Amino acid sequence: MFYRETGQFKSSYKADQAIFPLSQDRWFILFLIIIAFLVIPLTASEYLLQAVMIPLLIFSLASIGLNLLVGYAGQLSLGTGGFMAVGAYMTYKLTTAFPEINIIIVFILAGLISACVGLLFGIPSLRIKGFYLAVATLASQFFLVWMFNKVAWFYNYNSSGTITAPPRELFGITVTGPTATAETRYIVVLAIVCVFALIAKNLVRGRLGRSWMAVRDMDIAAEIIGIRPFQTKLIAFSISSFYCGLAGALMVFLWLGSAETEAFSINESFYVLFMIIIGGLGSILGSFLGATFIVCVPILLTNAPQLFGLSMPIDLQKHIEIMLFGFLIVFFLIVEPHGLARLWQIAKEKLRLWPFPY
Amino acid sequence: MEIINFLNLVFLAPFVEMVSYPIFFSEVIISGLLTGVMYSLVALGFVLIFKASGVFNFAQGAMVLFAALTLVGLMEHGFPIWAALISTIIVLIALAFVVERFMLRYLINQEDIILFMATIGLTFLIQGFGETIWGSNVKPLDLGIPSESFEVGGLLLNEFDLFAAGSGAILVAVLAVFFHYTRIGRALRAVADDHQAAMAVGIPLKNIWIIVWSVAGFVGLVAGIMWGAKSGVQFSLSLIALKALPVLILGGFTSVPGAIVGGLIIGVGEKIAEIYWGPLVGGAIENWFAYVLALAFLLFRPQGLFGERIIERV
Repeated sequence: MFYRETGQFKSSYKADQAIFPLSQDRWFILFLIIIAFLVIPLTASEYLLQAVMIPLLIFSLASIGLNLLVGYAGQLSLGTGGFMAVGAYMTYKLTTAFPEINIIIVFILAGLISACVGLLFGIPSLRIKGFYLAVATLASQFFLVWMFNKVAWFYNYNSSGTITAPPRELFGITVTGPTATAETRYIVVLAIVCVFALIAKNLVRGRLGRSWMAVRDMDIAAEIIGIRPFQTKLIAFSISSFYCGLAGALMVFLWLGSAETEAFSINESFYVLFMIIIGGLGSILGSFLGATFIVCVPILLTNAPQLFGLSMPIDLQKHIEIMLFGFLIVFFLIVEPHGLARLWQIAKEKLRLWPFPY
Repeated sequence: MEIINFLNLVFLAPFVEMVSYPIFFSEVIISGLLTGVMYSLVALGFVLIFKASGVFNFAQGAMVLFAALTLVGLMEHGFPIWAALISTIIVLIALAFVVERFMLRYLINQEDIILFMATIGLTFLIQGFGETIWGSNVKPLDLGIPSESFEVGGLLLNEFDLFAAGSGAILVAVLAVFFHYTRIGRALRAVADDHQAAMAVGIPLKNIWIIVWSVAGFVGLVAGIMWGAKSGVQFSLSLIALKALPVLILGGFTSVPGAIVGGLIIGVGEKIAEIYWGPLVGGAIENWFAYVLALAFLLFRPQGLFGERIIERV
């Protein structure tokens, strides 16, 4: 009744090609952005920001990156953790070497470096695909993490081997380091994620995104109609690594504060892959939904027993949590293999007809 | 001068060392081969399931540990070893049944990646289940196999390693016979060749899947016993099972002999690299060497050593 396109006429190509063609959608998104930028930082507790909102946004960014590669370009990759590590370590190196450069520019430079690394590790995709490629990308995961662990230059030869975010300012406000408040870090992360989500959305709607999808659906046919698989795949790898590297940099500098290579283990790669599968392959919205799901479910599972007044030994709880997590993944794949984004779409279709479905 | 010294260290010195201490070199190779057998055993489980159902079963690593953990747990509860073995096999068959009935059956005709993700979910499920029941601390697995070392012609050999290699060989032989000469084995090969044709001639696909998962579980049990006896049973070991992936690439996803040969190559390759080149870059290159080796190999032969040729139709 309230959600329908009746009466909304498009009189220009611009209006026709808008990201949100329906005014209800536009208002909803605007509402969401206002809540995210104003209401949440003012009302949310430190715990909510630090444990839920910031990781959620950072992992959304990482899953957008992986989704561009896996969901749009069809190249299965398990090297996300490695590329995130590149972003984090490069930000650390750059900002300690050149403290006067604006931290945002450092983030972007680090992203560009991880894009180059991604390009390098994307080369095998020209010969192989599918699971062979997935296993090949594991090489980047293990090699990069090992390199950051072993080569002391990357963590400035300090004895602990960890990288710690130094305090850096943006417009006179400290945004990184131990003195930065959760609210400022949240706002910075949110702003970066919004900008890059918008860029990603426009990338996949444009020529590049269409050629990715053509390669994904059938690379030989794509080649025949004039798409160069060589360039298309490599660009997909580098842009995806850019996003992942940026997410890794944000993870260390605006969320954790300090990290070791442990933080970028193979499990991280799997978590991001889960996010895009649960959220929906080939959907930017799905990346957000998937990240929300994967970040929130463990927190809910950890807190659920207390809500019901149950108490159990901590390790038993941990095991049950792992089990439930696995169960939920299998369950979701069985119920809706196309992810939460598809469920959202179905809900919207239903809503359009509601309450007179004929 | 620096450059020449570096080139010498990388390209010359290791080889000189290999030639000048041949006995040590052969010991390195033998220990590599024996690690390789372990990799092969884990990889074998992957290949069996991939061949018969096209599922890239990531949970094989978790199955290996689950099998070993169940065995150890039962033995700790006072089961004699044969009873524990039989009960573990029954548990694994039950697991195969549950997986088919509650997971695979609903995922027929889904894309490969969905099935792959489902098996990763299954990994968590098995891991959580195993740890809930048997706890997460390291359990030693003592089978009463002697692990003394002895010398043959100047070479130091370990009895346990030989035992592991021997049982690996027996397992492969038994599997080969099973696949070639039994009715079920023929049905499995038919399914692997073509699902629809197999169904058309009346092979019950669902039962076949249960059988394949059970066989893979059994292979996993053997691998788990070997790993467990060597380094204790714990779920954190499942990362080691990831090593089976480069083995698969090297040997080809669809080839049983490939899994064996690939495992041996990876085992030997990473031991040699670790011992002769590892110190140059600070060690621990075992972590990634196998993957890089497989990656380099893929560039020249994308289908692996013995894999079926990848043919594409437009």
